[in-house]
Amino acid sequence: MIKVRDIAKSYGEKKVVDDVSLSIEKGKITSMIGPNGAGKSTVISMITRLLDKDSGEVLIEGDNIFTQPNNELAKKISILKQSNHLELKITVRELVSFGRYPYSKGRLKDEDHRVIDEAIEYMELEELEDRYIDELSGGQRQRAYIAMTIVQDTEYIFLDEPLNNLDMKHSVQIMQILRRLVREKNKTIIIVIHDINFASCYSDNIVALKNGKIAISGTKHEVIKKSILEEIYEMEINIQCIFGHNICIYFDDQIGDVTENDAKEYAQTVQHEQLRA
Amino acid sequence: MLKMTNKKLILILALGAVASIVLYMLYDLNPAIFFYQIPSRAKRVAAIVIVGVAIAVSTVIFQTIVKNRILTPSIMGLDSVYVFIQTSMIFFGGASSAILLNSKANYFVSMVLLVIFTLFVFKFLFKFTKNNVFLLLLIGIILGTLFGNLATFMQMMISPEDFLILQNNLFGSFSAVDESLLWITGIIVLVSILFVLKDFNSLDVMSLGRDHAMNLGVNYDRKVSQLLVIIAVLVSAATALVGPMMFLGLLVVNIAHEVFSTYRHVYLIIGSAMISIITLVFGQMIIQFMFDGGVELSIIINLVGGLYFIYLMLRRSKI
Ligand SMILES: Nc1ncnc2c1ncn2[C@@H]1O[C@H](COP(=O)(O)OP(=O)(O)OP(=O)(O)O)[C@@H](O)[C@H]1O
Ligand SMILES: [Mg+2]
Repeated sequence: MIKVRDIAKSYGEKKVVDDVSLSIEKGKITSMIGPNGAGKSTVISMITRLLDKDSGEVLIEGDNIFTQPNNELAKKISILKQSNHLELKITVRELVSFGRYPYSKGRLKDEDHRVIDEAIEYMELEELEDRYIDELSGGQRQRAYIAMTIVQDTEYIFLDEPLNNLDMKHSVQIMQILRRLVREKNKTIIIVIHDINFASCYSDNIVALKNGKIAISGTKHEVIKKSILEEIYEMEINIQCIFGHNICIYFDDQIGDVTENDAKEYAQTVQHEQLRA
Repeated sequence: MLKMTNKKLILILALGAVASIVLYMLYDLNPAIFFYQIPSRAKRVAAIVIVGVAIAVSTVIFQTIVKNRILTPSIMGLDSVYVFIQTSMIFFGGASSAILLNSKANYFVSMVLLVIFTLFVFKFLFKFTKNNVFLLLLIGIILGTLFGNLATFMQMMISPEDFLILQNNLFGSFSAVDESLLWITGIIVLVSILFVLKDFNSLDVMSLGRDHAMNLGVNYDRKVSQLLVIIAVLVSAATALVGPMMFLGLLVVNIAHEVFSTYRHVYLIIGSAMISIITLVFGQMIIQFMFDGGVELSIIINLVGGLYFIYLMLRRSKI
């Protein structure tokens, strides 16, 4: 379990993360949601030691993460940041192989190659493995980075908006892979995610951040509620249960062209589909 | 052209470096002064190898840290500071000053001041500019111009005779290298490179950037400050030994990138060291055998390197 106690970060006068405390349950997927600028990436960067925090502490199985040797920590916690940009002549396979660095120190063994092959297959990158990453599409590149993180084979995996640039099929695929990692390898996964329905369908717990503070944190059933979400996002959100999942239907009622009739019709269609299924 | 593996390319470059050294050693030997020629040429080759390797290694690592292929320590103002130091010695001490004339004293004073300057620029400005490449380049150019102008100003106030003496020290050249300094520089470079080799693979990880490197367990910030010290020592030792070679690093490292098109430091570092040796040996042959020593090597290197720099800028702006 990771326990975060009162971590804070200010830039100048502005307190962008304001005494955030949370605990991350083992063997679960925890989604972190919240508006742009809420402080999600900052929190994740501080938990994973990429960013120095002003105050507070992060405990992993009760030990302060800063007392642990860097290399040992890299076998326990991995993080993939929101935007990744490299101007290197590096192929997909070479990039993915970097994930083994904490174990191999650059000299890959058979075991390493096996893990790398597996992740490349998981992410459907076989055909791209010898291509340079600067010649890939945004989504293909994102999959390569996720493969690198999976190869690192850590207990805790932090992903900041992993579905960035991905089409629907690959988004679903990645969420299924994450679920499988939790189920089969008992990994603990923390993702920052904007698509609230993905959070609702695929995660166990949800933490919502707003203005640098925790707005709410709990199981997905506790968080995916109309009143709570409307307050966080400051817009109208309706929730429907579809195939046993709470699905949020949201649209900005300020937009003139979406009349109430459109909305009703949409809701009816959804219901209709549901009945038919 | 056939696509060759990087290992083969390294082998070819190494053979090329050896061949160019052999060619230089044996070219147009005169039996009458054979016993003078061979040791004198050997000494130059030794200086070329030491300086070539030092500049190549330090430039590759520097560019990995700043993530830019146009910045080098020399371009960041180091060469102007060297000119400034030399000019100050003659300006304040006179042409007969002990530091200027005693090549060992000159070497150590220059080297220590250069290391101090480089570390200052690296440590403070990196923090101050948050590693913003454009700001760094700008400050480098400003510092370079500042020290360059101060030097020019002082040069105008000294006597023409003093100026002639000074001028000898302002161009990079392998013609008159003190043998004991050669040994000292060789040892400094060797020790620095051994230190880099100790944790060689982490350089590849560092080229992924701070976040990825930290995620993979590399203590990035500490590593960067250690490497910056190594770079400062390498460049300062090389410059103090033979004088400024402004565009050498830029030239050879970029050629290495073109040849190898990889991120791996094994190839980039060994490759650019070989290219560096080949470039310097051929440059030395041109000035020694074609111009009879009438031109300084650094002028040729800067001419070629400068043109290449312009080419790089133009190509960048096109993409
Ligand atoms: N280096 C920085 N300097 C100053 N302010 C910063 C810096 N990094 C982040 N901020 C500010 O901190 C706040 C939180 O940023 P953060 O990136 O954590 O938001 P986020 O919740 O991840 O948003 P998004 O959903 O857009 O990714 C923002 O208001 C941002 O402007
Ligand atoms: Mg973010």
